[in-house]
Amino acid sequence: MSHELVERLFLRYFDNPILAELDDTAVVAVSGFRFQVSGSPNQRPETSNLKLAFTTDSYVVSPIFFPGGDIGKLAVCGTVNDLAMGGATPLYLSAGFILEEGLPLADLERVVASMAATARAASVQVVTGDTKVVDRGKADRLFINTAGVGVVPAGVELGGGRVRPGDVVILSGTVGDHGMTIMSQREGLRFDSPLVSDCAPLNGLVAAVLDALSSPEDGSSVGAAHCLRDPTRGGLATTLNEVAGKSDVGIEIEECAVPVRDAVRAACELLGLDPLYVANEGKLVAFVAPEMADVVLDAMRAHEYGREAAVIGRVTAEHAGRVVLRTPLGARRVLDMLVGEQLPRIC
Amino acid sequence: MKYIDEFRDPQLARKLLASIRTRSKRPVRFMEFCGGHTHAIFRHGLRQMLPPTVELRSGPGCPVCVTANADIDRAIALASEPRVVMATFGDMLRVPGSHGSLQTARAEGADVRVVYSPLDALQIAHGCPERAVVFLGVGFETTAPGVAASILEAEAGGLDNFYVLSLHKLTPPATRAILDAGEVRLAGIIGPGHVTTVIGSRAWEFLPRDYGVPCAVAGFEPLDILRAVAAMVEMAESGQPGVVNAYSRGVRPEGNRTALGIMRRVFEVGEAEWRGLGRVPASGLALRPEYARFDAARAFPVDPGPAREHAGCRCGDVLRGVVEPPDCPLFRRACTPAQPIGPCMVSAEGACAAWYRYGEVDV
Repeated sequence: MSHELVERLFLRYFDNPILAELDDTAVVAVSGFRFQVSGSPNQRPETSNLKLAFTTDSYVVSPIFFPGGDIGKLAVCGTVNDLAMGGATPLYLSAGFILEEGLPLADLERVVASMAATARAASVQVVTGDTKVVDRGKADRLFINTAGVGVVPAGVELGGGRVRPGDVVILSGTVGDHGMTIMSQREGLRFDSPLVSDCAPLNGLVAAVLDALSSPEDGSSVGAAHCLRDPTRGGLATTLNEVAGKSDVGIEIEECAVPVRDAVRAACELLGLDPLYVANEGKLVAFVAPEMADVVLDAMRAHEYGREAAVIGRVTAEHAGRVVLRTPLGARRVLDMLVGEQLPRIC
Repeated sequence: MKYIDEFRDPQLARKLLASIRTRSKRPVRFMEFCGGHTHAIFRHGLRQMLPPTVELRSGPGCPVCVTANADIDRAIALASEPRVVMATFGDMLRVPGSHGSLQTARAEGADVRVVYSPLDALQIAHGCPERAVVFLGVGFETTAPGVAASILEAEAGGLDNFYVLSLHKLTPPATRAILDAGEVRLAGIIGPGHVTTVIGSRAWEFLPRDYGVPCAVAGFEPLDILRAVAAMVEMAESGQPGVVNAYSRGVRPEGNRTALGIMRRVFEVGEAEWRGLGRVPASGLALRPEYARFDAARAFPVDPGPAREHAGCRCGDVLRGVVEPPDCPLFRRACTPAQPIGPCMVSAEGACAAWYRYGEVDV
């Protein structure tokens, strides 16, 4: 549905080459200006050829508080992560709040405090914002929009269209945690081991990966990282399909190599859902040149948000545009794009 | 994970496959009754692991899919009544009827809510006494006892705004109907695991007795299904059809007496209309007269008009196992999960959805 809207409506009217890339974040070259980038310890002032990353996202999650996070933490992480997937160092965020009349002030304060704490953890600042109050029933408690800007370090060239046959697919940890947490909250399902959202800012993990790739003594280069994606809505399967389509390559995934927490598997089995299609908010998939796969894997595993990182598959020249899954029994099948929403089954 | 990993063990699966390969000499076609089996078979890639002598064909075991257009139209008309809250399993939401779906009705203002259990619908009824909450009772023997229990609970709690539109169906009569029609040669039936947990494996003894067709009741993990296939290959090769319970951790010969008791207390057996099979005698469950006040069809007489079938849609033939989804001219062309024309493309248990989603690769 939203894929169709983008293709048929937004791309048609907003027609420009930057948008047409359809990456999570737009990367814009800015030249001829003098920029003094402040507030980021890692960035030196740049005079020209600055690459600016810019993105926006809206958050309408219900419930607004859930194990592992809340709508505010999500709104900061989501935008920070979109910038990070473009290889950018996130710097500044905006925050727009749409409040439903009657939202307790204490709830709003809890959300804002959580946003501030998350922003600090991600080394970004919320520097501008807006608030609107709408009548009861015109919004569901609280909606948040955030936009963010960051700068892309020299040499970093990431994008969904840059993946090549031979690349190794590395996943930073377990899948399905966020989506199943939200669903179990909504449906009042309880499990022996609790479900917790993985909601986390990933710019530190991305920086660790890119740093590990830019040590000149072993000949590595940040250019070895071809694409980073955070598999949010639609889950890992949807992200892999998007990348296979944009880069016109095939992707082969080992089903048993994809880490899934037991509680998530149990919840998915119960509801007849596939964890590969369930949303994540603190995971990334990296497509990396094969000779640098170990470097990236080690860098991820050394970082708190990448401890369970694993190689889950390879990019191939065969079956371009399609993702193929090898099941534990050794069978191969297509791992398709998610259509519509996953609905729980009857029996 | 306990009860899952043991039944997905690749080494045991390879052993079972090897024994099936050795034993299977003559070509056989087995029908997996249940749509849950179809999806498990595709998801784990079992078709391509079996020897070419063993063919699997999906059957009518998708409750959403076998719901007739006339019944879907009735549910939509009911949902559009101003006082009604329609509570339904998520599967039914996008199933197209003659003119639209519950989802389109919801977009036009009908109050349609997705629930995971009929007890959730009871909760809704408690919460809004001024509304009439109708639970859309779609499902087989697996689902019917829970719905019956919700009616008993509504009665015990004196709830007077809870109703059920009972479209429940029984699986053995549908299997009989397919075999009686004789349109597709079947050498065995993979019995539906969850249904048989309720009705018991004895309920399938008519298959070897009346039709000479073996039956193996299976669970939903790869090893469950392979065990059932191995048992049926054995029975087919030895010429000794019987009923094998390959799902003994869930299924007993006599079934679940409590569930059956509740079901029989509230429902009586009657004729039902099935997509693909038409009107099948003694294949549906209607509310008994003493529970008639919970019957949504009686409380809200609606006239949805004559039902219309989409020209070219072969869901009915797919449900009888006469054709496979790619044989339908609409499959992957006009009919996709995003723009479904027939219910088999919508439901998580539909055969067309399985073929579309897991379509095997020849690489």
